[in-house]
Amino acid sequence: MDRTIITVVGKDCVGIIAKVCTYLAENEVNILDISQTIVQGFFNMMMVVDANACKKSFTEFATELEALGREIGVVIKAQHENIFDSMHRI
Amino acid sequence: MININEVIETNKMIEQENLDVRTITLGISLLDCIDSDLSELNRKIYDKITTTAKDLVKVGEELERRYGIPIVNKRISITPAALVGAAACKSPADFVELAKTLDKAAHTVGVNFIGGFSALVSKGMTAADENLIRAIPEALAVTERVCSSINVGSTKTGIDMDAVKLLGEIVLQTAEYTKEKDSLGCAKLVVFCNAPDDNPFMAGAFHGVTEGDAVINVGVSGPGVVKKALESVRGADFGTLCETIKKIAFKITRVGQLVAKEASAMLNIPFGIVDLSLAPTPAVGDSVAEILQEIGLEYPGAPGTTAALALLNDSVKKGGVMASSYVGGLSGAFIPVSEDQGMIDAVQAGALTIEKLEAMTCVCSVGLDMIAIPGDTKASTISGIIADEMAIGMINQKTTAVRVIPVIGKNVGDIVEFGGLLGYAPIMPVNQFSCEAFTNRGGRIPAPIHSFKN
Repeated sequence: MDRTIITVVGKDCVGIIAKVCTYLAENEVNILDISQTIVQGFFNMMMVVDANACKKSFTEFATELEALGREIGVVIKAQHENIFDSMHRI
Repeated sequence: MININEVIETNKMIEQENLDVRTITLGISLLDCIDSDLSELNRKIYDKITTTAKDLVKVGEELERRYGIPIVNKRISITPAALVGAAACKSPADFVELAKTLDKAAHTVGVNFIGGFSALVSKGMTAADENLIRAIPEALAVTERVCSSINVGSTKTGIDMDAVKLLGEIVLQTAEYTKEKDSLGCAKLVVFCNAPDDNPFMAGAFHGVTEGDAVINVGVSGPGVVKKALESVRGADFGTLCETIKKIAFKITRVGQLVAKEASAMLNIPFGIVDLSLAPTPAVGDSVAEILQEIGLEYPGAPGTTAALALLNDSVKKGGVMASSYVGGLSGAFIPVSEDQGMIDAVQAGALTIEKLEAMTCVCSVGLDMIAIPGDTKASTISGIIADEMAIGMINQKTTAVRVIPVIGKNVGDIVEFGGLLGYAPIMPVNQFSCEAFTNRGGRIPAPIHSFKN
């Protein structure tokens, strides 16, 4: 199964997760795992999602998430899981 | 499953340390386009390139999106044009027409460079080879995206000194033809010894005759990532230093391998090789020179530079080889001057000379690269510089190259601005003593004794 990694980086504020999750639910993207940490004062969240049921193309999906990030004042990136697997797993 | 720290590490490399895939280069064989009629040849070449490469840029952009990593260049390399054009091109002017066709095709498919306006003359020149070489000055002046490379020597064959002599003159003429643009034409011309058939990097890329019909080669980069990793081992011993470079080179190369495999699948074109290179850009933090400084040199060029570069080059290969199923191309650290801010600084500080750069090319992946020299340098002196570099390659069984730019109208102390990825460069002084009687001898330098391995 193809999985996508969504990262959200920025200053912590109310409703970040809610807004991202709403967008994902509307687009039939299933969240498999969420973790978060604070790095140098910045809020870092990572979601592992299954976007196979999403009707939008990956490019459209990633662009819309980016725009949503700008709206809430954080940086949101969607990347295919393979880049992390390739780099960190033999 | 991937954890958040690994994700953060990867994205930090991309966002803050300039990790990127430097190029996806599509190699295309044009051998099946050969025709004795020039216009027919041009039509076939244009059609083949624009058909084979029609989705290259689109696929590159899709992969950038999917993995969130920049793929800086999408490029094409072709069968050396001297072979493809031999039957149709009876004069340098005919080869210029062929170059225009290549340029037009590059514009149509949206690639920023097309390499392979090339001739392989390591043992001798055919009439077509010589016509192509003589076409280079005009071809590089009237086209925008065409890159040219000439292989004038190899460990197996020795060095064709007639070609070396001619190319000294051609480099100067190319400079003259493009003097309005600070002799930019010379930035698109490389002279090689032991040129690889599968190099994805410009200006020296061509699609060798040993290759299949089309192939995807990928060049990775990431000097900023190596530099950052070395910051954490300041003062540690050489074993630790080399281990750190190997580990980071592994990670960088794995990304290149992933992109190469994906691009190959999406384009339905076989995957060729990953070129494990540290290719700098003029951006701050994307510099091979800064790695050498982090290893412990005040500036590149200081005593110890050759040793530091040797261990860097070797460790990059050791780390990268395991990360990719097929490694090829140039593979190693590039040391261009104008494309690396740290190198430019070293030249301006008086730390780095052409002679030291020449020594460094004995242990790095390529050669004298993007070095601006005075425009009044004699052709024979340029031939001498080429001959020295070719000899290093021939004797050491490695690829070496020369891409020098005699900037017409400029002298030592001036700065020349090429723009974009090509950067800017201070004009470097060249040894003024003559080698004319040497380069005028004519003929070939025989292959070295250790080439006889059969």
